[in-house]
Amino acid sequence: MDLVAEWFRQLYDTTGINLTIVYDAYDRQRFISGVGMTIYLSVVSILISIVIGAIGAWAQGSPLRAVRAAVNGFVVVFRNTPPLVQIFFFYFGLGQILPRVENEDGMMVQIISNVQWAIISLSLFAGAYNVEIFRSGIEAVPRTTTEAAEALGYTRMGVYRHVLLPLALRICLPALNNNLVNLLKTTTLAYAIAVPEALYVSKQIWNDSQNVPVMMTVLLLLYTGLVGILVFIMHRWERALAIPGYGQGAAK
Amino acid sequence: MAAAAPVTQNEFGWTPDQPLIRLVDVHKSFGSLQVLRGVSLDVRKGEVICIIGPSGSGKSTLIRCINALVPIDSGTIRVEGQEVNDPDLDKLALRRKVGMVFQQYNLFPHRTALQNVMMAPINVLKQNRKEVEVRARALMAKVRLQGKEDAYPGQLSGGQQQRVAIARSLAMRPDVMLFDEVTAALDPETVKEVLVTIRELAEEGMTCILVTHEMGFAREVADHVYFTDKGLIVEHGPPAEFFANPKDERTKAFLGQVL
Repeated sequence: MDLVAEWFRQLYDTTGINLTIVYDAYDRQRFISGVGMTIYLSVVSILISIVIGAIGAWAQGSPLRAVRAAVNGFVVVFRNTPPLVQIFFFYFGLGQILPRVENEDGMMVQIISNVQWAIISLSLFAGAYNVEIFRSGIEAVPRTTTEAAEALGYTRMGVYRHVLLPLALRICLPALNNNLVNLLKTTTLAYAIAVPEALYVSKQIWNDSQNVPVMMTVLLLLYTGLVGILVFIMHRWERALAIPGYGQGAAK
Repeated sequence: MAAAAPVTQNEFGWTPDQPLIRLVDVHKSFGSLQVLRGVSLDVRKGEVICIIGPSGSGKSTLIRCINALVPIDSGTIRVEGQEVNDPDLDKLALRRKVGMVFQQYNLFPHRTALQNVMMAPINVLKQNRKEVEVRARALMAKVRLQGKEDAYPGQLSGGQQQRVAIARSLAMRPDVMLFDEVTAALDPETVKEVLVTIRELAEEGMTCILVTHEMGFAREVADHVYFTDKGLIVEHGPPAEFFANPKDERTKAFLGQVL
């Protein structure tokens, strides 16, 4: 480890490429925890947004007009407004209105932390898109297939769970894939409410070490890698769900 | 009546000596298009009924009304005494009594043939998976598809898919089976394998209502043939008489075209 650190210190001395996140223990720790926060935000928001999408798309087919209107209203609000404004709305707007609580240090703090607000607003933002993505998948399932399920006695919920959703998911997976990639990248907006994710800690590091171009490059590589992993997982999932003789699976 | 052996009544006051299905003056419109204009018919237990007629005469709508896939405008439909045209209809109770097979098979493409047969008894009737599987395998054998249990619908021919669809419907142990032009999408060679399966069912005493264009098959297996035109039953009778001796001009014209 010392050898590696020494090599990177040497690199800085000879070339000016200052990778403090490798040779400086403090910066390394900050950076790793930032990457961890980015992964945490991404994974939790992805899961919640998928649940929101699945429930929203189901509610869109509700026989009750009020329910359909509520879902459509939600989609309009979160799709037509910038995600940064949403985050500010939640953190500075709603957060101000909600009662404050005392933390273990005796400080009055917001009842919902900035990390939690980031997860809430990112999940809702991506969830609104996921509703529309799932809907496109559901609408592509032939009516006759769901009719067959109804004829077998399935309830609306049963049809959705056992027939519509599994088929819709396979159809909309490429679009879902895109949106989740976007969501991962949008976690950088949590920077604006001081969530210590990768961009935020990188900014701290380059403020201290004046290595802006280096850290920028590191960030670009980091996100390229993180998105690469997500896309890899999504493609594996897509392959696992492929049905022999149907859609993509038909060619195999 | 008092001396007669007690007949078991179901919850709707229906006894097995009454028609299993009774339609009285059923009307149905889609917008301004009148599809059914007062259809009445009775189907007794164990009977095989064939409904024939030109396209657009309301045949498919007629049988889709029986399991409440299509709500009717007026009239009554009773299945084992259960009123289908009732806002509080227990659709599950109705649909477990009435099996249906469609023209386009409509299998669930993401499940294997065997899973297609097992799904509804497990998900809808909450039956034990092990017992359902035993029954499903027996049904696959019955429709002559042993060895195809693990194939996905997309890997099966049309005729094979349709037989899986029949097995899927039978897995719910229905009292009556509805067949909606089940051979119309098949090529002539595979039509036969599906018809053989239906004939076996009929011979076992399953009550069947078929909408069909297979006149030869109707003549052979039906106990009663109904001819519909423009939303009305124009003529009906036992097949021998119906085909040899049609009385109505429209029936004659139709049979003249298709036979």
